[in-house]
Amino acid sequence: MLDRAFVGRSGYQLWVAGLLIPIGVGLACYLDQCARGLGITGMSRDVIWGFYVAQFTFLVGVAASAVMVVLPFYLHDCREFGRIVILGEFLAVTAVVMCVLHIFVDLGQPTRVLYVLLHPAPRSVMFWDMIVLNGYLLLNLVIGWTTLDCERNATKPPGWVKPLIYLSIPWAIAIHTVTAFLYCGLPGRHLWLTALLAPRFLATAFAAGPALLILLCLLLKKTAGFDAGGEALRKLSITIAYAMIVNLFFILLEFFTAFYSGVPSHQRDLQYLFFGLEGHARMVPWMWASLAMAAASIPILLGSIRRRTHLPLAIACGMVFLSTWMDKGLGLIAGGFAISPMDAVADYAPTPPEILISLGIYAAGALLLTLLYKIVLSVREELDGR
Amino acid sequence: MEIHRRTMLKISVLAALGLTRKHSLFAALASARPSDVLAPGAALKAGRWAMVIDMKKCLAAKDCPDACIRACHETHNVPDLGNKKDEVKWIWRESAGHLFPGQLDEYRGAELARQSVPALCNHCANPPCTRVCPTEATFKRADGIVVMDPHRCIGCRFCMAACPYGSRSFNWKDPRPYLRKINPEYPTRTKGVVEKCTFCSERLAQGRPPACVAACSYGALVFGDLKDEKSVVVKLLHENYSIRRKPELGTEPAVYYLV
Repeated sequence: MLDRAFVGRSGYQLWVAGLLIPIGVGLACYLDQCARGLGITGMSRDVIWGFYVAQFTFLVGVAASAVMVVLPFYLHDCREFGRIVILGEFLAVTAVVMCVLHIFVDLGQPTRVLYVLLHPAPRSVMFWDMIVLNGYLLLNLVIGWTTLDCERNATKPPGWVKPLIYLSIPWAIAIHTVTAFLYCGLPGRHLWLTALLAPRFLATAFAAGPALLILLCLLLKKTAGFDAGGEALRKLSITIAYAMIVNLFFILLEFFTAFYSGVPSHQRDLQYLFFGLEGHARMVPWMWASLAMAAASIPILLGSIRRRTHLPLAIACGMVFLSTWMDKGLGLIAGGFAISPMDAVADYAPTPPEILISLGIYAAGALLLTLLYKIVLSVREELDGR
Repeated sequence: MEIHRRTMLKISVLAALGLTRKHSLFAALASARPSDVLAPGAALKAGRWAMVIDMKKCLAAKDCPDACIRACHETHNVPDLGNKKDEVKWIWRESAGHLFPGQLDEYRGAELARQSVPALCNHCANPPCTRVCPTEATFKRADGIVVMDPHRCIGCRFCMAACPYGSRSFNWKDPRPYLRKINPEYPTRTKGVVEKCTFCSERLAQGRPPACVAACSYGALVFGDLKDEKSVVVKLLHENYSIRRKPELGTEPAVYYLV
């Protein structure tokens, strides 16, 4: 099936070639980072993790796209998702690959990355995160590839795939939970020191992943004539709307606990993010934009269910995606380190090379996703043509 | 240097003999214990190493030249990068207000809060940093010292995120160009690894107290064994009221500050 990825119309070839440019730029910046050290980023002794780890966290959420179509399709026999299940699975594969790359570029000693296997430390959450992420990648790749191959040959999937599919559902919950555990198990980082972090990760993930999936479906309809089916998009948009409502509810809970209890350490990070602290207000517009888009997306999503045009749906999904990106891809990490261990306010902004490296990874993800989706669509076209 | 065939053969034969003989160099190395290398009894040992910082003595030393900081950083080849962003430090001056948030009141405490005293790794009994390290590059020794193996560190900085005291530094750049003088007795580090205070484990092994303690001429830094009832640190802690940094986190620091 792999050969389908290498043939296509000129538009496809141009897009693939175009993606190589940001990948090349990112790679060049990364080589510079290897030579000069992580000092070329905006990270510091106080803000220990930055843009890379934030993108990793956000993309773990995007990987949830799979479970929100796999679960209804396989457990509740929701046939409408039949055409897009595999798109969700391959989006999850791509998201996890981008996660792993973002962690890789964040390492000070990338050549030692396999020490994590050579000297395994089961007491470290990072060890378990590595296991669940790579496991999820493998599960979705094997499931997606096998089911597509069977679809092509018009045969039933082999019996061993079903247990893997069922396993992939709790596994998707595990990748968010374990990723949240990276943060919420640290003493003295008060923004993260909350049992609500894992549920909030899940809520934003179940919004962001399917939102991107809808956007991709609409894009494929425009560019490749792929029709996901109106019912599938309608069902997904309901999922996104409720996930977003739950997320906003969770944010409200965080605010209540912090400000009604009056405990300063619980308040200060939220103050920094949403109102500014001691003159440091860099994150404030982003956080309010995130909240506003989250709130605005809900009525549009629910309203678009009955409409025929896809434009409002696309706008709402774009807002959900951006809102969760600002929340997790910007605020979460910067906010967690905003109050240094010495009680000083520490600002952070990524540097241009840092952004270009991350952009290169996103482009690599787009390339991988393009190739995977091209294979799916080519196989489907052949089947329809038969 | 050119090696002739004959010489090469001689060396090979000798090397083979060395490998096979019972008392070969390899056998000797394999059976060697640390006590064979150091003079027996020279190393300082403890059940749990701890430091007591006498804030009264420290603050009374008005013309203190920060000898503790200088001694530590010179001994351990800690670079001076000249900016706060890339800073690497093992021991440093910090205002008491920042060290003990919420522990000092706004009356007598306010005066103390403005003044600065040494801060360093607390060598916690329950260290969050070692718990999170994915390669066990940082670990707690039996005597309570939290050490760091820079050769195993992958530079993920999870330990720094976990440390609630800001006691760990990352080499954002190659530190070597920023060393004024290199102490050949202690290894320098490379970019991309974390480093921290080790309570001078290398000096303890030679029977010497930590460099900062030895350098302080005011007697403000006292080092000793918490498990030894007769040690000076235990005596000081019995006789004086002491505080520790962020006790509410349950890390159980081994660095005590006498008020």
